[in-house]
Amino acid sequence: MKRARLRAAAMLAVCVTPLLAATADAQSSSGAPAAAVFSPGFRFVESDGESLYRNVCSACHMIDGKGASGAGAFPSLAADKRLEAAGYPLYVVTNGLHGMPPLGMFMSDDQVAAVVNYVRTHFGNDYHDAVTAADAKAARH
Amino acid sequence: MDGEPKTAMRRRDLLALIGTFAGSAAMVQAMTSLGFAAESTYKGPIRLDGDPKGASVLVLGAGLAGMTAALELRNAGYNVKVLEFNNRPGGRNWTLRGGDTFTELGGNSQTCEFEPGLYINPGPWRIPYHHRGLLDYCRRLNVALEPFIQLNHNALLHASKGFGGRPQRIREIKADFQGHVSELLAKVTQQGALDATVSKQDKEILLEAMKNWGALDSNYAYKDSLVSAAVRGYAKEPGGGQSAAPLPGNPIELSEILQSRMWRYLRNFAVFDFQTTLFQPVGGMDAIGKAFARELGDLIHYNAKVTRIQQSGADVTVTYADADAAVHQEKADWCICTIPLSILSQIEIDVGAPMKAAIDAVPYIASVKVGLQFKRRFWEEDEAIYGGISYTNLPIDQISYPSTGFNHNGRGVLLGAYLFGLPSAYEFTALTPSERVARAVEFGAQIHPQYRSEFENGVAVAWNRMPFTLGCAGYWTEAARAQHYENLCQIDGRIALAGEHASYIPAWQEGAVLSALDAVTRLHQRVIKS
Repeated sequence: MKRARLRAAAMLAVCVTPLLAATADAQSSSGAPAAAVFSPGFRFVESDGESLYRNVCSACHMIDGKGASGAGAFPSLAADKRLEAAGYPLYVVTNGLHGMPPLGMFMSDDQVAAVVNYVRTHFGNDYHDAVTAADAKAARH
Repeated sequence: MDGEPKTAMRRRDLLALIGTFAGSAAMVQAMTSLGFAAESTYKGPIRLDGDPKGASVLVLGAGLAGMTAALELRNAGYNVKVLEFNNRPGGRNWTLRGGDTFTELGGNSQTCEFEPGLYINPGPWRIPYHHRGLLDYCRRLNVALEPFIQLNHNALLHASKGFGGRPQRIREIKADFQGHVSELLAKVTQQGALDATVSKQDKEILLEAMKNWGALDSNYAYKDSLVSAAVRGYAKEPGGGQSAAPLPGNPIELSEILQSRMWRYLRNFAVFDFQTTLFQPVGGMDAIGKAFARELGDLIHYNAKVTRIQQSGADVTVTYADADAAVHQEKADWCICTIPLSILSQIEIDVGAPMKAAIDAVPYIASVKVGLQFKRRFWEEDEAIYGGISYTNLPIDQISYPSTGFNHNGRGVLLGAYLFGLPSAYEFTALTPSERVARAVEFGAQIHPQYRSEFENGVAVAWNRMPFTLGCAGYWTEAARAQHYENLCQIDGRIALAGEHASYIPAWQEGAVLSALDAVTRLHQRVIKS
């Protein structure tokens, strides 16, 4: 009981920290068109699919979507047949896969849908059956 | 998605882990109340009695877990060989100095330009006094330690919207918060609000304690006085000769402290993992990895990329590619695999379904560290900050001042950013290395304007981009632990896993050491009995 209260108090302390300010600007030394964004706290603030991809996914899948390989690999998303079924990227974004964290936990349903739709229509992918926020919501456990 | 683990990562779980490292106070609070702050269970050097009769063990990975296992097994009489992906020992136990070059995934290379003697630890950087296993190896391997300064009362707290963005001294926030709270408690105690719960005798003592703890005056008030100044510092410090009398400063209003949320950071100096004494190896954290490697000598085979791990009832066969991409196979009776799960989950390995599911169930956290060299140690010269950490709500999260080389002229290196697990850690990773450095300078200049004129060069390590880990550390939810942790730690036929990911002290070197000792002990028992 006491433990539960402590936990609730701790969670409250975590959630009530709105003083962090989102920082963004249009400057990018690499000449990238999308602005670098630094989200405060626990939610990504990018809203469109391109911004989400460039600021989040490209950390591992790289800016060209082709992934990279070392002792293990970040899979390429370019011309990726696994993206044909929209349920697959929805599942991976919301639930994670192997070493990939479930980044959808930091995103709204709209953001998850936006980034899935972006990846499925870029990097040589041509799947235009867009998913919706409701689909993203359903993909979450 | 047959066979995919249902590992729902709950935000709550993540916060707990984040708090352990980046140290944002509220998150640490979440951690401790969830009971995650686990103490080392080290009980002294292990004893592997009995003759292994020439049994061979192939260890995968020359990080701290792999080298701990290799050292103990070799000493117990096993034939040991270690395969390591990198061309150096240590894994995440790593130090960057001037002249060091490394290439991250995506192809960007960096060459560290620090002047000789200066360094940054991009991975682990502090050792709590209760990490007894790691400390014991440091002692046995003659790794010299020095104090790591976590709390410096004269370092800063910064909130972009608190106090108009002006950094505050930890000393003042801490003293004033404590003073105001003591005054409030004293007030309600005197008003009788606690009479039902505090006896008359204890009430007297409580008032006395509040006066002592909160630096209250004789009327139980916290205000500008030499009593409070003795804790929070002075507006004019005591001097010598004429006009030398000290002057107290005005405490910061309670409401300002509350609304700035700066009280959150105070936990970074209170929690078990960050309590004094903390240590660092003299000259860089990699002194530990190098000391292990010296002991093991040519047992370690570098530049070996493991591609397949097979086992039969009789032995283990590991396939690996060398630097020239030539494929080799190595056989042994047993295998201790310390490859990070972010990578092991992609390698074909002959283990049962429960262990395979466990290997696949652990995502890896994003983390970025940036080291910055400056022309002079302005934090010491201008601001009397000798070691310690300033915390901020800017994306850089913190600035850590070197715990060594104090009070001399010349250059110095700061840890200019340490992002861990939060969305901003992924966003920082997505930048190019030079952009990460530029951002760290830009944000840091809001706290230390001297950055603008004193900055020289920097280096930025984004752990997701490191080819040998693809992430910073394994992240376990409570649910995943309940479902998979014991399966991960089983000996599956002839294969046992070890590493920070196979511990309750994730992302700490102690977790790697303890998991290796546990795996080695259990493996040895099996060998002796067989």
